[in-house]
Amino acid sequence: MSQQDKVDKTRRNLVVATGVAGGLASVGVAVPFAASWMPSERAKAAGAPVEADISKLEPGQMMVVEWRSKPVWIVKRTKEQLDGLKKIAAQTADPASEVPQQPDYAKNETRSIKPELLVVVGICTHLGCSPTSKGGDAKADMGADWEGGFYCPCHGSKFDLAGRVYKGVPAPTNLEVPPHTYVSDTTLVLGEDKKGA
Amino acid sequence: MASPITALVEWFDSRMPTVGEEYRKHMSEYYAPKNFNFWYYFGALSILVLVIQIVSGIFLTMNYKPDAAQAFGSVEYIMRDVPGGWLIRYIHSTGASAFFVVVYLHMFRALLYGSFKKPRELVWIFGVMIYLCLMAEAFMGYLLPWGQMSYWGAQVIVNLFGAVPLIGPDLAVWIRGDYVVSDATLNRFFALHVIAIPLVLLGLVVAHILALHDVGSNNPDGIEIKKHKDANGRPLDGIPFHPYYTVKDIAGAIVFLAVFSIVVFFMPEMGGYFLEYNNFVPADPLQTPAHIAPVWYFTPYYSILRAVPPLFGSQFPGVMAMGLATLILFFLPWLDRSPVKSIRYRGAYYKTALSLFIVAFLILGYLGVEPTNVWGRFGDWLGGAERATVVSRICTVIYFGFFILMPWYTARDTHKPEPSRVTA
Repeated sequence: MSQQDKVDKTRRNLVVATGVAGGLASVGVAVPFAASWMPSERAKAAGAPVEADISKLEPGQMMVVEWRSKPVWIVKRTKEQLDGLKKIAAQTADPASEVPQQPDYAKNETRSIKPELLVVVGICTHLGCSPTSKGGDAKADMGADWEGGFYCPCHGSKFDLAGRVYKGVPAPTNLEVPPHTYVSDTTLVLGEDKKGA
Repeated sequence: MASPITALVEWFDSRMPTVGEEYRKHMSEYYAPKNFNFWYYFGALSILVLVIQIVSGIFLTMNYKPDAAQAFGSVEYIMRDVPGGWLIRYIHSTGASAFFVVVYLHMFRALLYGSFKKPRELVWIFGVMIYLCLMAEAFMGYLLPWGQMSYWGAQVIVNLFGAVPLIGPDLAVWIRGDYVVSDATLNRFFALHVIAIPLVLLGLVVAHILALHDVGSNNPDGIEIKKHKDANGRPLDGIPFHPYYTVKDIAGAIVFLAVFSIVVFFMPEMGGYFLEYNNFVPADPLQTPAHIAPVWYFTPYYSILRAVPPLFGSQFPGVMAMGLATLILFFLPWLDRSPVKSIRYRGAYYKTALSLFIVAFLILGYLGVEPTNVWGRFGDWLGGAERATVVSRICTVIYFGFFILMPWYTARDTHKPEPSRVTA
């Protein structure tokens, strides 16, 4: 091997070092571009907690509130409807709410803070469609032991009046209970846990 | 004395000889097998559709507004008030479906004649990448009219990423740029649809063609024409791409454009398959349409997604099956152990497997546009299971079986001797 063909190791190492440094810099430059895809400050502000006035909600009624552009259902359940939950517990996939689809304060039989008031995100846990409400009188379509609840028209998932998913339907988990807190008997705040809790 | 035109060509050629060299390499001296048949139209037609989509797309962006408050209205404005806008929009929407028609037929040709096999593995891999890009392009483009199906379709597909364990929910927020599909999502999908993905797509198309021209085209006999050359080193069974195949492809393009025009002018919605009826209703985040189905070209994969039941309280297995169903295509060149390429010389095993695969793919495609209760339920002997769900599970198994069992059945298959020269 002649003198000219010899590899200049110092130069080669410098070239490699420069290449590595340039590669790292490129990765660094990619960070702000990737970060620009996160929700903007405006989107975060629009995702801020919202208040709902529930003073006009009568037992057996349901209202829909928009929170983070999603429908949130607030249902005031009657005594019979609450009793119905116990009757169909065996037909639901996760009656004790073991899957964390709710804040800890809603991990109970009725999946709520106040037993009669259900607050759930009205988005099916299968693929994000919005189920429709089916009352306890819809026994003709939903079966003789239907106690009222929600039916997703997209792929046939069924949920009871605590947002618990029935067994053998496409949706894998119960409906999500959003973080929420009562600031008074008639006002509910969505998107915020109880202060200091 | 040379004519002014010849002089101009010579003036140009002496300053930039690359143009002439590349023209000869890829057109006038690219020798393609002389026995191409009907199935060989669809590569050239894919390029034609790509050009149609780029041109019509550029003109649509001149009136379209990528803004959640204005998008739906701007599409209606294009349809009603922009002179010729309805035609440009229908050309673009029909072009999207036409793209998948020609690409699916082009891919089927590869399965028929073994065009993915050595030495054309890279041609195939670039082709699969083009197919994946095309899916992303179609999906993002479908959000832009901001109708109910745009909105809820995007919601469902982005939620597929949300099913990934651990990072899923954050990943879905990152893709959307919001907690639900929103203006931010629409704006970025517009950027990706009109700039980023078309650039990648064009690069991949160039790579696909360069890789093809380096190894040479396959043919219905699946034999290498480069094995028999004349004294000048030209394949004996090859003919120059230009003028022979340019003329043939122009004839194909005329027939294609005639059919394309019939769809554009007389049935642009194609009975709800090319443009879904629910997409003529503006997006409403609080109200899901009663039945969500993707556009027809995605439905085989959508069926696979629905066929896999949730496992361990997660949708992820179905999502993974759907992803693997597309990614498994990359491995095809190494799964096939047959010594022959073309279906003409293959044995019964591959012919059966390919037929089953095509039937399963078509059934999955059909079931994907229908609700799962389309065929009713079985009797009590099968626990009252939905017929369509059971059939789609069987077809999903066949789909994957075609690939996973391929090393086994192609190695054991019989085959006829290949001819040394192409047949008619």
